Amino acid sequence: MDFLQLLVGGIANGCVYGLVALGFVLIYKATEAVNFAHGDIMMLGAFVALTFVNHEWMGLPFWLGLILSVIVMGVFCYLLEVVVIRQLFGQPQFSVVVLTIALGFVLRFFAGVIWGHEPQSLETPMAGKTMNFGDIVLGYDEAFVIIATIILAGGLYLFFARTRLGVAMQAASQNQLAAYYMGIPVKRISSLIWAVAGMTAAVAGTLFASKGSIDPSLGLLGIKAFAAAVIGGFGSLPGAIFGGLIIGIVEPMAQAYAPPGYSQIAPYAIMLLVLVFRPNGLFAQIQQKKV
Amino acid sequence: MRIHFKTGYGQDIRLFEDSREAVQNALLILAAVSAPWWLDEYMLGEVTYVLIWILAGLGLMILAGHTGQPSLGHGAFLACGAYMEVILLEAGVPFVLSLPLAGLFAGVVGAVVAIPALRMSGIYLAIATLAFGIMTEDIIILLTPWTGGIEGVFTPTISLLGIEIDRYGDPDRFYWLCLFVVILITVGYKNILRSPTGRAFTAIRDSEVSARAMGVNVARMKTLAFGLSCFVTGLAGALLAHYLTAFNYEAFLILISIQLLLMVTVGGLGSIHGAYYGAIVIGLLPVVIATLRQEISDFLGAGNSSVPGMETAIFAVIIVAFIIYEPLGIYGRWTKIRIWLELFPLARKDMFRRQKSYLKTERMK
Repeated sequence: MDFLQLLVGGIANGCVYGLVALGFVLIYKATEAVNFAHGDIMMLGAFVALTFVNHEWMGLPFWLGLILSVIVMGVFCYLLEVVVIRQLFGQPQFSVVVLTIALGFVLRFFAGVIWGHEPQSLETPMAGKTMNFGDIVLGYDEAFVIIATIILAGGLYLFFARTRLGVAMQAASQNQLAAYYMGIPVKRISSLIWAVAGMTAAVAGTLFASKGSIDPSLGLLGIKAFAAAVIGGFGSLPGAIFGGLIIGIVEPMAQAYAPPGYSQIAPYAIMLLVLVFRPNGLFAQIQQKKV
Repeated sequence: MRIHFKTGYGQDIRLFEDSREAVQNALLILAAVSAPWWLDEYMLGEVTYVLIWILAGLGLMILAGHTGQPSLGHGAFLACGAYMEVILLEAGVPFVLSLPLAGLFAGVVGAVVAIPALRMSGIYLAIATLAFGIMTEDIIILLTPWTGGIEGVFTPTISLLGIEIDRYGDPDRFYWLCLFVVILITVGYKNILRSPTGRAFTAIRDSEVSARAMGVNVARMKTLAFGLSCFVTGLAGALLAHYLTAFNYEAFLILISIQLLLMVTVGGLGSIHGAYYGAIVIGLLPVVIATLRQEISDFLGAGNSSVPGMETAIFAVIIVAFIIYEPLGIYGRWTKIRIWLELFPLARKDMFRRQKSYLKTERMK
């Protein structure tokens, strides 16, 4: 029973990792840029939601706050792409890596200035309520996280498979130049991809905040989501969610069953193992050009 | 404007382009060697610290600047070098041997870490090294019997061929030791760059696909670059151990790795000068910010209001500005200014305009 309880908590955590990883993968697929600031964008999303919802700030209803924070983060990431990232269009991958790392530091600093470094928690309607299945206790917050992730993943799937914009995004991610020749506005598409990734990050941040407390260093969680994205194979959307679940489940398991000290390195150790034995991830999508 | 009329291949790969450059370098070395006589003890300590950062930066520059493989976990190799140095010295190995051995250990660890990640495109390497960098603190604590864990370790005093070198007792000697290592590595670095190995590194940086087409064994060269890079960083780590004299896992947090990477970027990727400029900026920035903050709070008549994380944020903003406006860093800007001066009335406005480009992907899907 203990095992099942850990599993449920792990799945809920894993959903958050998976959603952040989804943001990485979206941006990587579309623009071949790895956004190291994504964890910090998620942190920002969580704080924006907190600003809308909590009573000492604006005190809006939770659902309205969630929607508003998603919109705010979408606009923020769109502008971020237009103002900063687009300057590096066509520059080596490495510059974007360094740029986003630096941006992460800047975001963390401003979040610290605005919201302070004390851990804060989001006021949600789910807090403290639980339901019991036999011996397993499932918190409303955990159930909310899992359901929201399923809805979001399904929505994204439909968006990419069915809508005109989604298909255009897929085309731009597979071959920018060819997509451009086909009349797809590649630059606007990559801004929109950033906006979509920002919205996912906002949801992930809000979900995380509804489960526990947040502070500006929350962005470092993005590194675990990275491991998730790598495990899933860096170009696969279902892979990202799956990798997130693996990381989420392994973490509490390692804490419970492995000797102390090993639990922190478990997610990264799994990632390194995947890199050694299945170099392209479990859901290989990206292959390198061969001469 | 100096014009070099080259009549042979030998001239093309000379260590110094002309006698003027050789003289400049000789003067610089002379000034550096004589520093203990015209600097006070505090400044000398700071300069020694900058020298160690230069060494670490040179290590990362081989990998990030010349082979184009960003490593986000070089702090881990700094730690490898530092702990190995202490372990070897405590085991009674003389310093002459322990320093290169500590570097070598870091180099081997680096090459082993690199092998799995090298089979894939560059970004996986960045992530694998990032994971390695994050795991460092946990691994150090797990290896408590050797590393001292949370309590940390004390570095024994160096005894080099019968001469005692203590960081606080004889700062001059320690400074000269660091300077010697830095000069040695810089010369070695320049030599590698003009050999086929160095050319292969640069080819991989510019396009992996083309390098492979030209017959470069990409995976082997990347592993070699990684090994060399970690060797140099390991040496820096060993010297850092002597500089700190007592340290624990907190000296090698992931921030150190990221700071290293940002340092070489600001200095100028792909140039040896860049590692020097970057380290100088890193070394001086905290001092400058502290002074400025004091000035501003004096001017406003307010109390000394310190905002946590301010230094990192200012540094990050500097990086963002450099990446967008001057990707070649301080060295690139300096080169442009120098060329402008040399050409003085004849420089054209568009001479350094960047070409427009689109995403050149190296992947299939």
